[in-house]
Amino acid sequence: MSDTNHLSRRKFVQAGAAVGGGLLLSFYLPAFGKGIKNAGVPAPANFIPNAFIRIGTDDIITVIVNHSEMGQGAYTSLPMLVADELEADWAKIRFESAPVDPAYNHPAFGMQATGGSTSTLVEWDRLRKAGATGKYMLIAAAAQTWNVDPSSCKAEKGFVIHPASGKKLSFGQLVEKAATITAPENVTLKEAKDYQFIGKPIKRLDTPEKINGTGIFGLDIKVPGLLTAVIARPPVFGGRVKSFKAEKAKAIPGVKHVIQMDRGIAVVASGFWPAKLGRDALEIVWDDGDLGTLDSKEQTTQYAELAKQAGATAKKEGDVDSVKGKAVKKIDVVYDMPYLAHSPMEPLNCVADVKADSCEIWVGTQFQTADLMAASRITGLNPKQIKLHTTLLGGGFGRRAVLDSHFVVEAVQVSKAILTPVKVVWTREDDIRGGYYRPRAYHKISAGLDAAGKPLFWQHNIVCQSFAVGTPLEGMMVQNGVDGTAVEGASNLPYHIPNMNVAWNMAPNGVPTLWWRSVGSSHTAFAVEGFIDELAKAAGKDPYQYRRMLLDKHPRYLKVLDKVAEKSGWKNPVAPGRGRGIAIHESFGSIVAHVAEVSIAKNKTLKVHKVVCAIDCGQIVNPDIIKAQMEGCVVFGLTAALYGEITFEKGRVKQGNFNNYKMVRMNEMPVVEVHIIESTENMGGVGEPGVPPVAPAVMNALFTLTGKRVRNLPLRPDDLKKKV
Amino acid sequence: MSKINSSRQNRIKFGIYLILSVGFISAMAMSLKNKTAITLSSTDDKISLTKADKENSDPSETKKRLEAESKEAFIAAYKVFMHPRCLNCHPAGDVPLQGDDSRLHPQGVKRGMDGKGLFALKCKNCHQDTHIAGEHMPPGHSGWHLPPANLKMVFEGKSPKQLAMHFKDPKFTGFKSLDKMLEHVEKEPLVLNSWTYGTPPPLSHEEFVARVKEWMEKGAAIPDK
Amino acid sequence: MINLKVNGKNYEVDVDPSTPILWVVRDALGLTGTKFGCGAAQCGACLVHLDGDGIRSCISPVSRAIGKEIVTIEGLDEKLSKPLQEAWIQEDVPQCGYCQSGQIMAAAILLRDKPNPTDGDIDDAMTGNICRCGTYQRIRKAIHVAAKLKK
Repeated sequence: MSDTNHLSRRKFVQAGAAVGGGLLLSFYLPAFGKGIKNAGVPAPANFIPNAFIRIGTDDIITVIVNHSEMGQGAYTSLPMLVADELEADWAKIRFESAPVDPAYNHPAFGMQATGGSTSTLVEWDRLRKAGATGKYMLIAAAAQTWNVDPSSCKAEKGFVIHPASGKKLSFGQLVEKAATITAPENVTLKEAKDYQFIGKPIKRLDTPEKINGTGIFGLDIKVPGLLTAVIARPPVFGGRVKSFKAEKAKAIPGVKHVIQMDRGIAVVASGFWPAKLGRDALEIVWDDGDLGTLDSKEQTTQYAELAKQAGATAKKEGDVDSVKGKAVKKIDVVYDMPYLAHSPMEPLNCVADVKADSCEIWVGTQFQTADLMAASRITGLNPKQIKLHTTLLGGGFGRRAVLDSHFVVEAVQVSKAILTPVKVVWTREDDIRGGYYRPRAYHKISAGLDAAGKPLFWQHNIVCQSFAVGTPLEGMMVQNGVDGTAVEGASNLPYHIPNMNVAWNMAPNGVPTLWWRSVGSSHTAFAVEGFIDELAKAAGKDPYQYRRMLLDKHPRYLKVLDKVAEKSGWKNPVAPGRGRGIAIHESFGSIVAHVAEVSIAKNKTLKVHKVVCAIDCGQIVNPDIIKAQMEGCVVFGLTAALYGEITFEKGRVKQGNFNNYKMVRMNEMPVVEVHIIESTENMGGVGEPGVPPVAPAVMNALFTLTGKRVRNLPLRPDDLKKKV
Repeated sequence: MSKINSSRQNRIKFGIYLILSVGFISAMAMSLKNKTAITLSSTDDKISLTKADKENSDPSETKKRLEAESKEAFIAAYKVFMHPRCLNCHPAGDVPLQGDDSRLHPQGVKRGMDGKGLFALKCKNCHQDTHIAGEHMPPGHSGWHLPPANLKMVFEGKSPKQLAMHFKDPKFTGFKSLDKMLEHVEKEPLVLNSWTYGTPPPLSHEEFVARVKEWMEKGAAIPDK
Repeated sequence: MINLKVNGKNYEVDVDPSTPILWVVRDALGLTGTKFGCGAAQCGACLVHLDGDGIRSCISPVSRAIGKEIVTIEGLDEKLSKPLQEAWIQEDVPQCGYCQSGQIMAAAILLRDKPNPTDGDIDDAMTGNICRCGTYQRIRKAIHVAAKLKK
């Protein structure tokens, strides 16, 4: 499919900026990394057709990537979009993280941000157009040089070629002239059959630096005179410092400053270790505030009460009340899922260097614009005086996209207090106890079946906190009193259910909550896909066939479901001692189904042997990255299903490190087999949609072994015992 | 000889013939069952019979009493054997346990042939010469290890009866005699180290040794369960 | 002053002897390839070699390294690093990449001690290293590839 696109003149107006000794005028010039440091200094000749591409005389093509690399492959799949249209030689492609500038705003979010499994899909058109623009200008430059018609030239693997004469110039050789060409208003994009890179398993560009220790994450930033701060934060959310003594902390060699902040106390030292010892040596009396009595068990009672209330309507189909009496069978259950920490491998951190008239920040963030604006508010500096560099992110999963920019704010505050560059480092315990969790979610669901076993009604009450209410996102995310992220995955259930209510009761806020890889679907999928399995059982139907029957109007779902059934050998009996479970869920525009095969090991643990995955994510950009994301999603979902829970006692988080907030490890890794559906559907995301169906597939499989439903996560030892 | 309190001292005084008559009988029974020869030597001290024993006209009564006391001593020592400080390095599987809840090492550390771990997961990689300060930090001692693969000495999941039977089996302990086992309990630095960190076992090391010794001296009787 | 040998070079560092090796190599020597993940010997991101043993530098006081040699990801012997890195690229292992220094340092010890590791050996050698992105399946495959490349 080919189309002609209209390029915004405003966006690319600076395209032909003079180079080769001239001034680089573009307002969006990259300011970080190997690139151009300063607009006033003559730079090596470069051709910068737009904000996303820089081509040097050495033929090196640098793609400026405006989405953070936190493992999902943005630094590879986004350059692929540019390179394909540019007709680049892949070996010459480099990446660079974008500075903060409106030119790099997320097209849908209106700010520079990474999240929602959107990076590739929202840049699909823009970056291909950026590449096509560059190609147009390079061809025009070559045509001028040779005095031929541009239409008689073509670009191929980093060269412009004039086939009639056999003339050939590399992109690098054309840089100077290309910079004088006016950017086109319209460009023609390639047809899919002509893609060089899109759809192919191109190797990731960021691998080499991630396996030899040279990749720079936030924690690795070095700045002359850099000090390290470790912060004592309240042990209870909403708590405050009542009084404190810092003598013992100050006595530790290397400790330079103890700074009281609005919510905690920072110990600043020559390095991490003295800062941590100093922090631990602080004697603080805390005022616990309102949440000092928070207790997970009591919260269960509270949520159960809330679930009985009508709540705000998220979905209403048919008339549940009028058909309730007609049901032949009724099932009434509760699914309960705990708070979860993201716990990326790289603990949160941020480097800030605040001076009287400038502020520079280095951070692995998903929310550049918000962070920069927060720094502006704290320092009183104009946003233009603030530079924010995005480093590699040692995992994000949503944790590094925070509306209050708290981990950046702290660093800016500490640096501002001492006008010295400071790196704030969170310990693992700080991170796990630091909040911004996936909300605890309590689902009360009842359904009735008709004589044929089909659902007649489905009443679903969800209780959980909202991280949107009371924030600038409220207007966008909360509609008719319902936070979409609290009910997504349930309110848009695809199964044919003639009478259905989904309601939401907002649980009291207090514990900071946040989007956690796959957001609402991380809990709704477990509830609905577990419950559908329960209905299938009650109807005496095969769980796969039952889903098929209720999805008969959704051919896209059926394709995925049939694929996973076929590839997992669903119709064949499972090996003795093993159980098999299925689940399917749509999120972020992609549909993923998993079939999990499990057994109960001798040591009374659940062994997941294999997960077969089928995904329809629409247009495929890099199939190997899609596979990698599905593999990673399986591990992420399995970790939550088997181990993940953040619980409270006396307002304090009980978990603290990987000893009691456990992670799935190598010896528990199931074989993951991924099947990608060739699809012409709109592009969906791949970073998150693999997570939601994991827990239900695994627990549905376990059910076939024990006869017991697991409705509370994580798995408990008793869940492995057979029903008596 | 380690210090033993006086009341207990009275109770454990007995003569060499009793070791032969009671201890050896049960040891023989064991060795017959296991088809292994157990050498059970007497203690160095020649302990005379108590007055009560001398006055007791029925030797079977004395035998019964000693057997009961031996079992009782074992049950007391058993609480130490099964305490996390001891049990954690005598796991049922090949993964050492940790903490007061005796959970598996999440890092998946494995015994290895020599009991010293495998590859990048050698015991000593984390368990250094001394304890590392701080919550959840690894305790240390030079030569930290598990029993080797050919002699796993599993405590986990064993009842007092099973454990006592095992202790009398050289195939289980690798000790040719109970004396050697006593020596391990009394002098092995890793055993002594168990009283230097975390929640200590329910008996002091001295009391523990005394109980083990009492169990042996009174015939190494096998508890009923 | 403590004398240290790291990646073949001698250093004199002015730190308290109880400072963990992790923070000495990162903060004092600027070798940031070794990562901080948990500070409690749980995750393996900080794995370095001390006279060939795969120690967790986050819980190892620097005094432990006196008279010994530390090797970090930056100084791993090419005989091990080359096949491993090639295999890691071939299998496109890393996602966020943060844990991969530790993974490679652990895999290097496995390959050194067992040139043809089985899947069981890989479990025994690599379970100490957490990857939150879940790249285990690819690490497993890459270790098998590296074993072949190393020959």
